[in-house]
Amino acid sequence: MSLFNTGDKAYIMLENGKIFEGYSFGAKGTSFGEIVFTTSMTAYQETLTDPSYFGQIVTQTFPLIGNYGVNEEDGESEKSYVNGYIVREWCNSPSNFRMTGGVDEFLVKNNIIGIHSIDTRCLTRIIREHGVMNGVITTENVYEKKDEFLKKIAEFKIVNAVKSVTIPNKKEYPAENSICNVVLYDFGYKRNIRRELIKRGCNVTVVPASTTAEEVIAMKPDGIMLSNGPGDPAENVEVIAELKKLTTANIPIFGICLGHQLMALANGAKTEKLKYGHRGANQPVIDLDMDKTFVTSQNHGYAVISDSVPSEVGTVSHINANDKTCEGVRYTAFPCFTVQFHPEACGGPLDTAYLFDKFIDLIKKNKEDK
Amino acid sequence: MPLRNDIKKVLVIGSGPIVIGQAAEFDYAGTQACRALKQEGLEVILINSNPATIMTDKAMADKVYIEPLTLDVVKKIIEIEKPDSVLSTLGGQTGLTLSMQLAEEGFLESHGVKLLGANPETIHKAEDRQAFKDTMEKIGEPCIPSKVVEDLEDAVDFSNNVIGYPVIIRPAFTLGGTGGGIANNEEELRDIATNGLRLSPIHQILVEKCISGWKEIEFEVIRDRKDNVITVCSMENFDPVGVHTGDSIVIAPAVTLTDKEYQMLRTAAINIISELKVEGGCNCQFALHPTSFEYAVIEVNPRVSRSSALASKATGYPIAKVATKIAIGYTLDEIINAVTGKTYACFEPALDYVVVKFPKWPFDKFVYAKRTLGTQMMATGEVMAIGTSFEQAMMKAVRSIELGMDSMNLKKLANVPTEEIEKLLYNVDDERSFVVFEALKRGISVDKIHEITRIDNWFISKLKNLVELEKYLADGTLTDDKYDLAKRYGYLDSTIERISGQKCPKHRDFVYKMVDTCAGEFKAETPYFYSTYDEENEALQFLDRKKTDKKKIIVFGSGPIRIGQGIEFDYCSVHCVWALKEMGYEAVICNNNPETVSTDFDTGDRLYFDPLTKEDVASLIATEKPDGVVVQFGGQTAIKLTKYLDEMGVNILGTSADSIDAAEDRERFDELLNKCGIPRPAGHTVMNVDEALAAAESLGYPVLMRPSYVLGGQNMIIAHSDQDIIEYMSIITRGGLENPVLIDKYMMGKEVEVDAICDGTDYLIPGIMEHIERAGIHSGDSISVYPAMTLTKKIRETIIDYTKKLAFELKVIGLVNIQYVVYNNEVYVIEVNPRSSRTVPYISKVTGVPMVDIATKIMLGETLKQQGYESGLYREAEYIAVKVPVFSFAKLHDVDTALGPEMKSTGECLGIAHNFEDALYKGLVGAGYDLTKKTGGGVLITVRDTDKQEILYVAEKFERLGFTLYATSGTASILNRNMIAANVVRKASEEGPNVMDLLDSGKIDYVISTSAKGRLPALDSVKIRRKTVERSICCLTAIDTANAVADILAMGKNIDDIEMVDITKI
Repeated sequence: MSLFNTGDKAYIMLENGKIFEGYSFGAKGTSFGEIVFTTSMTAYQETLTDPSYFGQIVTQTFPLIGNYGVNEEDGESEKSYVNGYIVREWCNSPSNFRMTGGVDEFLVKNNIIGIHSIDTRCLTRIIREHGVMNGVITTENVYEKKDEFLKKIAEFKIVNAVKSVTIPNKKEYPAENSICNVVLYDFGYKRNIRRELIKRGCNVTVVPASTTAEEVIAMKPDGIMLSNGPGDPAENVEVIAELKKLTTANIPIFGICLGHQLMALANGAKTEKLKYGHRGANQPVIDLDMDKTFVTSQNHGYAVISDSVPSEVGTVSHINANDKTCEGVRYTAFPCFTVQFHPEACGGPLDTAYLFDKFIDLIKKNKEDK
Repeated sequence: MPLRNDIKKVLVIGSGPIVIGQAAEFDYAGTQACRALKQEGLEVILINSNPATIMTDKAMADKVYIEPLTLDVVKKIIEIEKPDSVLSTLGGQTGLTLSMQLAEEGFLESHGVKLLGANPETIHKAEDRQAFKDTMEKIGEPCIPSKVVEDLEDAVDFSNNVIGYPVIIRPAFTLGGTGGGIANNEEELRDIATNGLRLSPIHQILVEKCISGWKEIEFEVIRDRKDNVITVCSMENFDPVGVHTGDSIVIAPAVTLTDKEYQMLRTAAINIISELKVEGGCNCQFALHPTSFEYAVIEVNPRVSRSSALASKATGYPIAKVATKIAIGYTLDEIINAVTGKTYACFEPALDYVVVKFPKWPFDKFVYAKRTLGTQMMATGEVMAIGTSFEQAMMKAVRSIELGMDSMNLKKLANVPTEEIEKLLYNVDDERSFVVFEALKRGISVDKIHEITRIDNWFISKLKNLVELEKYLADGTLTDDKYDLAKRYGYLDSTIERISGQKCPKHRDFVYKMVDTCAGEFKAETPYFYSTYDEENEALQFLDRKKTDKKKIIVFGSGPIRIGQGIEFDYCSVHCVWALKEMGYEAVICNNNPETVSTDFDTGDRLYFDPLTKEDVASLIATEKPDGVVVQFGGQTAIKLTKYLDEMGVNILGTSADSIDAAEDRERFDELLNKCGIPRPAGHTVMNVDEALAAAESLGYPVLMRPSYVLGGQNMIIAHSDQDIIEYMSIITRGGLENPVLIDKYMMGKEVEVDAICDGTDYLIPGIMEHIERAGIHSGDSISVYPAMTLTKKIRETIIDYTKKLAFELKVIGLVNIQYVVYNNEVYVIEVNPRSSRTVPYISKVTGVPMVDIATKIMLGETLKQQGYESGLYREAEYIAVKVPVFSFAKLHDVDTALGPEMKSTGECLGIAHNFEDALYKGLVGAGYDLTKKTGGGVLITVRDTDKQEILYVAEKFERLGFTLYATSGTASILNRNMIAANVVRKASEEGPNVMDLLDSGKIDYVISTSAKGRLPALDSVKIRRKTVERSICCLTAIDTANAVADILAMGKNIDDIEMVDITKI
């Protein structure tokens, strides 16, 4: 694609009627979603394939997207779940040795509508001030369909998020030289969670979100991993009920992101929707036990309310250094810890990968104690 | 835990004179450090020999010593001041090395002084080659495999059996890597290694795995004592490994790395700083294989560096300030992010723009210098440009660098045949990016260019976008859409019109976006903006939100540091801003140099990091709508804007555009001098060689030649013969002569310089300076003495009178700098610059007259009288100050070190004392003159015929001191005839042992070398002088300098005998 074939016109309209004009790339059509922004400067492929973005139209604040194309290995799931993709500029001549295609092709293949030449900083600042907004991304003439679109924008809600992204049937991933068996609850898991576990000698069984506590216990796992995932955590009533049962099974549990929120809900804590969430690779999180700050990768719109964590079951172990929101809970009543951020990274810093080691230690200790 | 309670009094060591590789960035870092320390209520003692810096201002520290940065001096100051700690990591390599020496000797311990920032062990692990390798090995970080060998077979064995080909051979102790090279197989290795071993004086070579062509990636990392670590910024070099990062175009953040590669290197950087236990900032450079995950650590600097200055400006994260706070005990999670005011320093900046750094090389000045770029940095400065695309940032960078370019089109390549362009791609030099652009224009493919240059396809493709855009513009009607597209890619209207050959269909100003460290995630109030072509103008919103009833003034900065326009102008710009703020104005800065204090976002009320061209500035004026602008402190860069600003109807504070023109326009200036009855050396204006020869004939040789537009004596020579004129005219006309060449009678008299301040009614001369070297050597390269020591009362009065007349007649409002030559007891004017000058900072410091503050107040209507100053010469200070120039010859190949009318120095240092001799001694020592050999050594003398009478007197002084004299035949015969014993040495062109062997022998301590002929590297005299650079022998190229050095040696001074001066007491 030549530089000057900027493509057809494309538009974004926010729920307040504000319209941005840009040009189309990726797929054509119309798509509604919740418009969010991520400040990560790399890892657009990981972002596009992160199931946690289900139902969202993602804005990249970094202006140059697609520089290194896309490759076979860096996807965090099979496909892209985003409802649209907003960038300032996409790269028509990417360069990287592992590249197998460009970002435009990727969007076409995944039927994702993209828009470029947008003042993404302006859009980001609107979201920051107003909070997350629904919107539409379209290659149709937005002015002609304004009323219809506004109505649909108002109606849009992310529902059945986890059900839409979880795997239909369980699947096993053996490790070489395995030391333990871990069940990975798939609420929309990122592949690197699995890789980090396998790397540490865990045979991983990925199970659908609908798996019951009894079914999990029957598998006799040495540990349970609760994955990240999309949507409003409180929506997952059945899952929360099953997790509640697992707290008494004396099996070490490690939760990430949505997994963290679900476990908190299962133990009587509450969650809230953040104004515009945390999405990026530079979020500072304080590990209160270590009295140390880590730079973390994050992608969440909801958070556990710190004060709501019942003191008899656990304590807040991590907080966000910027807004002081809850970033982790250590459970005292049973062997479990959960974090809001993404120690599996991909994309983002690898600085908190030690938490996987901590999980393995917990599993080992629990085995010894048994 | 916050501030350590065992720290009360901190010594900060600065980085000394500006040299290539250690420039203004350390003034920026040092200034931030001093301010951070003072904020904490600590007592700050500062030592730095560079008077042009802001950090050596009285306000920056409690005690300020402008003294030579030698171990003895620092020890002496520690003994006087008894600080409890030394900050080691903010004064560049100079500060780090001195701290290390103090620690290693046990001096710090015995005096109860703590080393802050990096401990000796850290420094050792990072700086010592072997210790570094061992440390990296310990933590599993790969280094570039290499081995030191003294035997050919060892080299072959290591290459064949350990590292594989290609390998790089680096001979030990040969300047600029002479005798080294890349070997692709054993045969080549045997050839190169044999030669390298022969050329190395210690018969030693380094055999290293060749990684040229790998990507070069840098990370700026910060760590505190709680082991919190963050990376502030990643940077990627446009030029692959092989070109020094200071000489490479750099983009931030890294752009061609996937997250996997990025995180791999980021983690490596964090591992390294954690293992080294640096408390503060650290720079890690990596080489990354372009087609695998293999990487190697190239270098680690456990201190604040040039890259950290760039990273600070690129992200808005104040690295030096944070590093300082960490050094005194704070941790990252306790330090507030000044940008957002809400978040903490313990986070990593997210950018929503890209940054391009472009180096400024001195090759426009040093026409014979070898332009090949390699591992030795040669750039004197740099510019940074911020844009929303790489193309846009690149276009902004190119027009900021002041090469007379507004796009990537290099004029001289336009007529070069395509086959030649392809060949030029193989040259790794300062013009390579332009050659790549030209090659793309000629249709050479991206892949082909990559194959030759190893520059990543991403960068080449981006340049290709610019090529295609220009073709698109040139093809057919210039539509609105085309215009918008070109604007988004960073083109100016004037460039679009030139390329398209059509008028722009519309005009739209740039808009401004904020640099906020967080990509818009948090609300920031940082007054730091850059221009782009877009919808929303954040600066306008900001101005609305922060409306004050203060008047707004924009101060235009001085752009990249180059020879002739250095850090002094940043000093002046910053002082102007401070004065404005103090007077209740809103001061806005526009500049493009990331190394400076002026581009620190909290220096002014607002910072615009943008190019300083007509259209860029017009956009800024449209947004800011200032009540006035200041151009006289930003050197020639800002002065050049005067005409445009005047035409735009902008209120220029101070001296008017018309007056500036009157001083620059030859005819108008002559008229003015006539009117005042002030003589100047006779001269003519010529356009070609014939006219030049005729003019020289009528004036009589020697004559001074220069282009009519002048900056720092650019391309200025003294011609002694027709031949010189022919050579000079051929160089100057190479790019097509647009402006005439000036030829003046050259008068070898005493040179005197005056900086004055004028309010239209009164004038103030803070001081008169006299040069040690007679006229003919650029004022920036002369040793300058304040107050003038040898002027008669009458001459002094004449100079005061002329200064007054010129200031009034030119209607100067603010500063003016005038250079005079005193010849046969007559005073002639050489040059008048109605603006700030190089000498303003040092004169301000020595006399205690805050010149820039006074001038700024005058511009705003406060008279000299109101400020408490009378007309005339200010009272003489109780101290003598000697400014000594500092050169960077060791970094530049084939540059003649002989001083002349063309400026060559990159920096300066100052000696201050109660008497002239002590001041000169300090100045010379500070400038790096080795004055320890006071007797018994050897002096080589080889001078041109015109100097042969005068040299006798100087040679005799050296002889009397007990030096053995050596001289080439002509010089020797005149010495011997005058009863001064000199050994005759064969010329460099004659068979050995000749003068070159003598220089190698170690018998020579001083060389006095002058020459009548040009600057061609092939000349004997130039070869001798280059040899002295290689051998670190003190080479004096003016009789007057040699005379002064002889006098100083005769006094047998020692730094221990000399009093240290705290300038805050002046």
